[in-house]
Amino acid sequence: MRNTSEMKLTIGHLYPDLLNLYGDRGNIACMVRRCLWRGIRAETIEINAGDSIDFEKLDIVLLGGGSDREQMIVCRKLRKVREQFRDYVENNGVVIAVCGGYQILGKYYRTDAGTIEGLHLLDLYTEQGEGRLIGNIILSSELSDSPVVGFENHGGRTCLNGCRPFGRVLYGAGNDGRSGYEGVIYKNVIGTYLHGPLLPKNSQICDYLLEKALARKYGPVKLEKLDDRLERAANEYICRRFVKRKEQQALWPCLRRCLHT
Amino acid sequence: MKLRRMFAVWAAKMTEKVCVHIFHRQGATWAGKIALLICPSVLQELAGSVGKAVFAVCGTNGKTTANNLLCAALRAEGAKVICNQTGSNMINGVAATFVLGAKLNGGLDADYACIEIDEASAGEVFAHFKPDYMVLTNLFRDQLDRYGEIDTAMGLLGNVIRMAPQMKIIVNGDDPLSAYLAMDSGNSYVTYGISERVDTGKQTAEIREGRFCRYCGSRLAYRFYHYGQLGDYACPGCGFKRPTIRYDGRNIETEDGILFSVGGNCFRSSQKGLYSVYNILAAYAALRTAGLPAGRFQETLAGFQPENGRMEEFRIRDRKIILNLAKNPTGFNQNLSVMMQDEAPKDLVVAVNDNEQDGTDVSWLWDVDFERLARADAGVVTASGIRCQDLMLRLKYAGVRSELEPDVEKAVRRSIEAGSRNLYVLVNYTALFDTRSMLNRICEEYGQY
Repeated sequence: MRNTSEMKLTIGHLYPDLLNLYGDRGNIACMVRRCLWRGIRAETIEINAGDSIDFEKLDIVLLGGGSDREQMIVCRKLRKVREQFRDYVENNGVVIAVCGGYQILGKYYRTDAGTIEGLHLLDLYTEQGEGRLIGNIILSSELSDSPVVGFENHGGRTCLNGCRPFGRVLYGAGNDGRSGYEGVIYKNVIGTYLHGPLLPKNSQICDYLLEKALARKYGPVKLEKLDDRLERAANEYICRRFVKRKEQQALWPCLRRCLHT
Repeated sequence: MKLRRMFAVWAAKMTEKVCVHIFHRQGATWAGKIALLICPSVLQELAGSVGKAVFAVCGTNGKTTANNLLCAALRAEGAKVICNQTGSNMINGVAATFVLGAKLNGGLDADYACIEIDEASAGEVFAHFKPDYMVLTNLFRDQLDRYGEIDTAMGLLGNVIRMAPQMKIIVNGDDPLSAYLAMDSGNSYVTYGISERVDTGKQTAEIREGRFCRYCGSRLAYRFYHYGQLGDYACPGCGFKRPTIRYDGRNIETEDGILFSVGGNCFRSSQKGLYSVYNILAAYAALRTAGLPAGRFQETLAGFQPENGRMEEFRIRDRKIILNLAKNPTGFNQNLSVMMQDEAPKDLVVAVNDNEQDGTDVSWLWDVDFERLARADAGVVTASGIRCQDLMLRLKYAGVRSELEPDVEKAVRRSIEAGSRNLYVLVNYTALFDTRSMLNRICEEYGQY
């Protein structure tokens, strides 16, 4: 096990000027702070429209959410570096993609106004459904002991072609409002509709991403535990409010089981 | 159908009394709802009987203040005005303004109507009547869960403007999104804005909307920003640029209250912050565009007490409490700017609710530049409201220590008892009304000693 204080992570925030709808800066702040609190250096590079991307320099890539129009612009830009992006993903590069960013990773996003060709990095596709799926959402995820909480707001319905979901929906709609699945996990990529933002209230997911990024760069690491009382309180508040008491009691053992199997 | 209208007016007035006196709530929403149920054409008929002009005030921030100031300025000119003073700006609130302002015989005796309208309700309201003027203040992200995204809000406004081709638009020319709507509509429009760079101290790390040209998609080039996306912009791609400003704020000072001139008239106000200059300019531009003189405007401004929880000051002996509405990132950042101009030691209570009217998505908290608060020397910061845990967590990641107290009243009382002499209370929409009456109550209590 290595001393984390000599380590450094570089986070690439892709197109924050276009994809910045749902507090994605909170995901960045969360990753950066949780590194700094452990003595790990963290640097954020904002890649705006017009900048070039060097995936080799990045340890974590964050793609946020934007309007359909902005998403289309981003897609056009990313298609030019598709091969590099795919290599990054296949070589276990860490990606956290939220809302529009999640949809972009798939094959296509069909809207009433036309079809946006995706990056074909993951085997999934999205089609616009009737109305938007809006509201608080709670998942159980194999990546976290506590439920994963957030807020979803999407018109697209995403279908996983047998990919591994990020979580199972306990409250809310999820990928398509029917399958009971939310998001996707592929290698070290997490795609999800959860904002809120995702990471601060689900610190275990944040640490999972940091650990994966550090392991890829430096070999296996064990992150130091942090005082997460506020994180847990904010998470538990959402669970208590939206999941019925009976289901809550059932929640914990079920999660533990799902972790150990 | 005069009888039916009369009956609707009576029923509305009665409903309002019941709400206020028995349930201690604002009764506007119910009053409007009942009036429209009894007489669906009541709004159309009453709006049609307004003598001179109907103003609609739209936009994300500053609606209530600009609308109320416009109303006060019109009254100062001797006009009879009805106005949705409290900011009830959905269809029922708008209807209530007309029916509660009507006489018992069902008629309306008003020269002007000043009506602020929520973007999402504008279509419904415009189906009843077409205003003569629309004041368009600005467009920022707000309640994304309701509108989807800012493009949706713009689409809604674009549609309602098309419903009223005769309506003249009084638009904030410094906002590329609002200016685009006005220019693209084909309606005639008048602009207001601030053409000089204003030194407001620190630059902030805010989210800027609409950085890309609505016509061609190129990135807009800015000569300077005031805040958010407001500033002097031009598109290098297609030539879209900030329009020539008709009512142009000059010689702006924001040190102690605000001081500025427009078209040779100098105005001073105890209101604070650059955003207040925009609110005043909006009201002034509307007043002048409707053909009224500028002579009494300074007098109006000096006597203007918003009294609606917008920078409202409460005094408890030598202590000062300032209540302000902060419901979206831009509004919040502006609030923090004003607070940080105050050099005296201060405490802060922030309350965030997530009721329907607030927006149920609180992720916008992470777009607020709370990091600045860590650098300011605020005393005790208390996180309050329904989503106090989210707020406290946000503050933690901004490097700000805070205390948790879900109950706003307890949070405020605790601060007062702890000896706070300068307390800022920032709340979002649904906490505003209750916090305001609570502060009035506390003032009375302390006044009795």
